[in-house]
Order: sequence, then C-alpha cells, then structure tokens
Amino acid sequence: MTGAPVTPELEKGAERAESRRGFLIGSPASAYLVLFFAIPLVLVFVYSFASRSSTGLTVLEDWNLDSYRRLLDPLVVEIFVRSFVLALITTAVCLLASYPFAYYIATRGPGLRNVLLILVMIPFWSNFLVRTYAWRVLLGSDGVISQISQALGGESIRVLFTPPAVLIGLVYGYLPFMVLPLYAAIERLDWSLVEAARDLYADGWTAFRKVTLPLSMPGIVAGSILVFIPSLGAYVTPAILGGARTVLMGDYIVSQFLAARNWPFGSALSFAVMFVMLIAAMLYFRAGARTL
Amino acid sequence: MKERTGPQGIVERLLAANAIVVYVFLYAPIVLLVIFSFNDNNNVSIWTEPSLRWYGEMFRNDEVMGALRNSLVVALVATAVSTVLGTALAISLERYRYRGRGTLDGLAYLPIIIPDVTMAVMLLIFFFQAFGILDSLTGIRLTTGLHTIILAHIAFNISFVAVVVRARIAQFDEALEEAAADLYATRWQTFRKVTLPLIAPGVAGGALLALTLSLDDVVVTQFVSGAGSTTLPVYVFGLVRRGVTPLINAVSVVMLLASMVLVGVSLGLQRSAAGRQKVLTEPSVVYERAT
Amino acid sequence: MCPAPVIRHPLSLWEEMEIMNRAQKMVVVLAALSLVITACGDGGGSGADASSCELDQVDGDLNFYNWSEYIDPELISAFEEEYEVDVVEDFYESNEAMLAQLQSGAVYDLIVPSDYMVGIMIEEGLLHEISDEAVPNLANLDPKFNELPYDPGPEYSAAYQFGTTGLGVNVAVVGEDYTPSWALLFDPELTTTFPGGVSVLNDPRETMGAALKYLGHSLNDTDLEHLAEARDLIAAAKDGIATFDSDQYDEALVNQEVAVSHGYSGNMIVAIGEAENPDDFQYVLPEEGATFWIDNMAVPTSAESPCTAFTFMNYLLDADNGATLTNWNYYGSPNKASIDAGLIEQEVVDFYADTFTAEDLEIIEDTGDYEINFTDYLAEAKS
Repeated sequence: MTGAPVTPELEKGAERAESRRGFLIGSPASAYLVLFFAIPLVLVFVYSFASRSSTGLTVLEDWNLDSYRRLLDPLVVEIFVRSFVLALITTAVCLLASYPFAYYIATRGPGLRNVLLILVMIPFWSNFLVRTYAWRVLLGSDGVISQISQALGGESIRVLFTPPAVLIGLVYGYLPFMVLPLYAAIERLDWSLVEAARDLYADGWTAFRKVTLPLSMPGIVAGSILVFIPSLGAYVTPAILGGARTVLMGDYIVSQFLAARNWPFGSALSFAVMFVMLIAAMLYFRAGARTL
Repeated sequence: MKERTGPQGIVERLLAANAIVVYVFLYAPIVLLVIFSFNDNNNVSIWTEPSLRWYGEMFRNDEVMGALRNSLVVALVATAVSTVLGTALAISLERYRYRGRGTLDGLAYLPIIIPDVTMAVMLLIFFFQAFGILDSLTGIRLTTGLHTIILAHIAFNISFVAVVVRARIAQFDEALEEAAADLYATRWQTFRKVTLPLIAPGVAGGALLALTLSLDDVVVTQFVSGAGSTTLPVYVFGLVRRGVTPLINAVSVVMLLASMVLVGVSLGLQRSAAGRQKVLTEPSVVYERAT
Repeated sequence: MCPAPVIRHPLSLWEEMEIMNRAQKMVVVLAALSLVITACGDGGGSGADASSCELDQVDGDLNFYNWSEYIDPELISAFEEEYEVDVVEDFYESNEAMLAQLQSGAVYDLIVPSDYMVGIMIEEGLLHEISDEAVPNLANLDPKFNELPYDPGPEYSAAYQFGTTGLGVNVAVVGEDYTPSWALLFDPELTTTFPGGVSVLNDPRETMGAALKYLGHSLNDTDLEHLAEARDLIAAAKDGIATFDSDQYDEALVNQEVAVSHGYSGNMIVAIGEAENPDDFQYVLPEEGATFWIDNMAVPTSAESPCTAFTFMNYLLDADNGATLTNWNYYGSPNKASIDAGLIEQEVVDFYADTFTAEDLEIIEDTGDYEINFTDYLAEAKS
C-alpha cells in the first residue's frame, strides 16, 4: 500500500485477487450446496418427467408431461388453494400476535430483553411432536379448555379435530420464527425518529403507523416468509391436531411417495410448490425493498 | 439511564398483558408435558399419582438411549460443519464481489424457502441414484444411515447459519476492518482479532439455530435414515403409533433441561467474550455510556 | 445476541432474477449431468449370497425392519443370547414406507411385508428365495399358508402373523344390540348421534375398501364407477367422522374420544384388554365383509446377513416361539405346530379360527395403476 505508484493495472490486479479470494472463501459451502442441494433438485425435476411402472416403481424412460398435466386437476388445485389459504391465515395470526409481543420485548431494558427472548425460545427446545401431542391433550374432550368450560357451567368442548385446532398448532409451532425477526427489526430502530415525529405533534398511534411500522417492515417481511413457507408444506401438525380430515399439500405429496407409489407425480408436485414459494418470496422481497 | 421513546400508560399495560397471554400460550403444553412426565399412569391424558418411574425407565430403555445418542451425534457434527461452512459463505457473499455471486446468493436462500417434504424427497432420490451409480461404477455399496442424515442436515443448515451471520456482518462497520489493515494487520490477523469476535454473536446464533433445527427434524431425517440410525424425533414419531406413554414426556423434559443448560453456558461465554468488544463498536453502548 | 434471521439485502434476490440467464445455463449443465447420473445408476445393489446358508448359521448382526409393537422384546433378547448376535430393530408404519426405504439404499436383513407388497417385491426381484435347509421350521406352518395367491410355495416369504381389520365398538354408547356393519362408520345419521364421532383408518386401500364392501363390491374392485361411489359415500359420511387415524385408533376408542373405531384386530384386542372397563368395548367384523391380511417374513436381496435372517425366521417359526409371539400381540398365528400343541391362548385361537374360510373376508391385492385412483379418491372424499 505504500511505495509503488498505484496504476490502473495494479488496481485491477488487486481487485481480481480480492474477487478470487472471496470466491475461494465461499467455495466449500457452494460446492456442498451444489452437490447436495442443486443436483438433488435437478434430479427431482428430471423425475417429474418419468413414468410409473404398474407396480409403482419409477421407470426412467417414456418421458412425458403427464405429471404436470395432472397439476391442473381440480383436486390438486383445491388442495393447493386450501394449503395456501391456511398458510396465509397462519402467517396473519402469527403476525398479529407477535408484533405487539416483539414490540414489548424490544422496548424493555437490555438485560430483561435477553431473558424474555430466551424464555420465548425455551419451549422450542423440547421435541416438536411431544409438544403437538400435549396440545392434543389440551384440546381434547377432557382437556383444559373443555374442563374450563365445564367449570363455567357449559358442556365439554372438543376443539381437537377442527380447523381452529390446526391453526393453533401451526401458529404455536412457528411463533418464534415471527417473533425473532420482528424483535431484531424493532430493536434496531432509530428511536430518535419516533421522537422527532412526536415533537412534530404526532400522537402515539400516528407515530407508530407512519414511522415505526414502515421502519420495521424488513422484520415483518422476513418473519412472514419464515412462517408462510413451512406452513404451506406442513402436514404433521394438521394430521395430529386436525384428524387428517382434509388433505393438505404436504400430506398429498408424501402420499405420492408412499401410498400411491407415484414418484414422478410427487416430484412434479414438490417442484411446483417450490416454484410457487420462490415466486412468492421474490415478490415479497421486492415489496419489502420498496418501503425501505 | 437510557430513556426510550416507548409506549406509555395504558398502551404499555395492554402490551404487557398481551405479552403475558402469549407466554401462557407458549408454556401451556410445556407445563402439561412436564407434569405428566411424573404421572404414574401409562396413559398420557389420565393423571393418577406422581412417580419418577418414567425417568428410571428412560435410562434403562436401550432404544431411547440409542435414538438420543444418534440425535446428539448428528446434531453436533452437522452443527459444527454447517457453522463453519455457513460462516464462510456469509463472509464471502457479504464482503466480496465476484462473478456468480448473485447466483450463489440465490442458491443459498433456496434451502430456507423449500418445504421440508420437497427437501426430503430430493435427498431420497439423490441418494438412491448416487448409491446406484457408485455401485455400478465401483462395486462399492453404500447405504443410508447416520452419515446420510448428517449430510442432509448440513445441506439445509448451511443456509440458516449464513442468513444469521450475514445479518450480523451487515451490521458492523467495515471501517473497523480497514482500520486494522491500516495498522498493518495481515488478513488472517484482521479476521481473527477484529472480524471474528465482532461476528461471534451471529455465529453463535447461527450455530444455535442449526442445532435446534437438527435436533428437531423429523421429515427429512425419516426419508434418509437407514438401519439402526433412528434419531429421537423419528423415534418419537414412531412411538406415536405404539401409544404415547409418559416415557416420551420424560425424555422431552431431559432434553429441555439439557438445552437450557447448553444455552446458559454459551450465553455466559458470549457475554464475557463479546463484552470486551462491545466497547466503542456499538453505537447504542456509546450512547448508553454517554447519557 | 440472540439469533435474528433478518434477511437483509432483499435486492440480492432481485439481482438473481436479472442473472436468470446465467442461472439457466447452469441448470442446463446440471440437467445434463443428472441425466447421465440417472442413465447409469440403477438404484438397488445386491447383497450377500444367500443360497448356501445352513441351519443355525449366523453371518453378522441382524437388521430387523418390522411393524411397531409386533414382537415380544423377550423373543429378541432370547435370540440374541442363544446365537450371540445383536438384533437392531427399526420400525415402519406402512409397507410403502418400508419399500421406499429399501429402494433408497437402507439395508435390512429381515422385513415383514404384507400380502400385496410381497407380490410386488417378488415381481421386482427384491427378495431372496427361502433356503429350505436353513428354515426347516417352514413345515410348522399351516398348509393353508402354502398356497397364497401372492407367493405360492411359499418360495420367498413365510407367514408371520395374520389378522383382520374391523371395528372397535364402545357398546356403552352404541347399545348392546347394534348391528355389526360398516354403517357404524359410514352412515352419518347414525354416527352423528355418537358423542365424539368415529375414527376411520387413514389408509386409502383399507378405507376405500371398507366403503366398497359396504356397497357390496370387492375391495380390490378397479371399476372406476364403483370407486366413485365409495368416494361419495365417504364424503357424505364426513360429518360423523372425527378423524382419519391409522395410529391412535385403539387409544381413541379406549379413551372414549370416539365411539367407534376402525382398526386392526390385534391392537384393538390388546387395548380393550388393558382398558379400565374392558366389558364396554368389543371388536367385531362387519357383516358386509372386511379385510383379511397376512404379514410375512422375507429377506431382501440387499441383505448383508441373510443367513442370520434365515436363522431368525426359523427361530420364530418354532412352535414355542410362534406361540410366544401370538400370545404377546394377539394376532392370528399361522403356526399349526403351535396351535396343535395347545401353546396359544385358546381365546385367540378361537377368535381367528374362521378367518381363513370366511367368505366375505378378502385379502388386499395390488391393483397396479389403480393405486393412484384409490389414493386420489380418498383425497377427494376428504376435500
């Protein structure tokens, strides 16, 4: 950096070296991702054009578009729409419940903040299935909710096996994924801006609406993505808490690989779902970017 | 004393009330789960009397212990590898510019947005084909097992670690690294003494996330596991078929306690390490000390 | 401090869209690569040689892939002691899951596929022929099990246990003089009067099969019109169906979460026996007919310790051990030697005595391409 004059060639050489270094640092990870992610993904894509033997094994000949044509079947569309709507509602409920919660935590003192955050995460270090089964007990005909209603003079309520039960289970499972990004975004906020708004005679609600909310948008975007995506493919929770009374996308895909032994169609479904999620994620990111 | 422009009065109380409701919601099943782990009855929903028998049985049950051991091995190895790879990836993507960076950026996000089921299916098909080729080319027959589970977990964990670390990298000032360079530090020294300590909370956070994801994974693990490589969540999933007994509750409580201890320890370490670097690097701390 | 997965630089993904071309090129290269991969690879490999296994020979530890709650742990430990090998048990919950695992490279020495799955696996060449030398106890099987449609001989499989799929009924709710019929599941006017509703298996073949039987057809019927009728029947019955469950059906019945439960004989009988009030529950077969199934032991061609597998098979076919097996899981025993020697609990023997000859009981057969229809129609019924 001292001594020799900096010529354009030297600069370019330095830039190239820098570039190469950057590439090399990231190369083990990228090689891993290519081998164990990109290639499998392409394999799924390839499988979606294959055909199914009569005993249900995949035959890698007779390439066809049958699986993709089936994607437009009313049954498939219905399952997809249902899963999509459920994921949207889950995300919305999560957001509504988490925002005030994250806001509260972010506005506490530093020590308390961390404790509160850890308290949020602790339940999720227990096994997911056991937690879901605990909900099954809580929501059953002998569960807590039912006992409370009976104590109040009503009848025994069974929330289990109904759509609200599934919603409760999903919201419960993904709450931290919404809380943490929201918390991060709100915590990083420049509160002097809010102060400035108030100095300009904005009341609390207006200051929130016009300053805090837009500034925390990246957190909202991140949290929504992190909740929406897994909700779209969820099937264990709906099966355990919802009684498997409706068919959701995740369950349908798994059944193609198991009961129906129709891997090509299962692959087509997986790929289609992933594609939709990719589009949704990109659109949402753009929306998030515009408000920055 | 720092003064925040926060909610006042009744809004403050409402927020506090909301927070309490959320915590009750979060802990209701946990409390139930803990209570019933001490239940003497076989049945998970009927309470008889307190007893420690399930904890005793747990330690005597070979299957549970085996599954627990598998889970820990997988989680620790996968977390270690994916933390290193993910951190490297994050630094590479965030601090450097090179051809193909955009594509790699996109590729790095994919494992996050892909549904479990698709990921599981992808890896199932991949191992199926890969083992087949290996067999026909070299006659070596590989099988699925703990190693394939670990490979699968690393595949999705790299991205999660990278996202967390990137957020942290984006937060701190490049000028600090440049300052170190101005002071004749080599790249490695800069990395070791400036960058790494500053991103350490992010790396720790990413590692924690990876550990959690790995310990709890059911779907992907199920599809790529082999003989004798059952992990705890898959074991619990299977146990569901045979009837849920409080044994599962006991196992969960133990794991919960173990995680709490682990996090407590790591936080303690983080505090002492990061405490030193906090000075003069975070505006909020400066502000705190100045007011 | 704590993990905060905020996704910064949203523009990066937008950049990605602009670099679509470059990505597309990469995809083409990867696609070409994977086509090569798929062309060369053929999936399953072949395991150790099984043709020269002798009686009581062991060639390594046993990887045993079985249904859950299907074998007395004491039998396993006794085998481990006697032959000085380890038995590693893994469990599956459906034949298809087991097949998927085997195909993706998991290596097991002994598996327990059901009737139709044995047929499929034989056709695909996935099973070893059973060595008569290594498994002389095959002779203990009732001759009826030697002429099964899916494996005459038998050459590739040995019957393990058999059973039926029927109804667990809470007579305290339904009444003492009810008619044992599928209407207890599929007649909404009846089922909506039961507190808690009913539980139906979440298995396309079993549930559609039950509906088909109720309508008077075979459960292996591939006539799409009949399948559509079955689908509509189930759809109309949904109001009274609390849950589609293939795992907790026995617990749901005994915990009085539902009044009637569709499930497998052995699990039901065990659960009823262990309930606080066993007299309140009964397991019955509907008068329209039901599924009769046979699970079989088989050794996959990819097994690494086939001799140990045959030895274990032989061990389980022994009259005493066969009796222990059945007395533990309460399913039907195919072991004539055990029955003749009076080693099995009489109640169990009596319960399954007529299963084989009953006319209205059918074995599930693979319907080839129509499996897709069974799965889809059930999905449609649920929608």
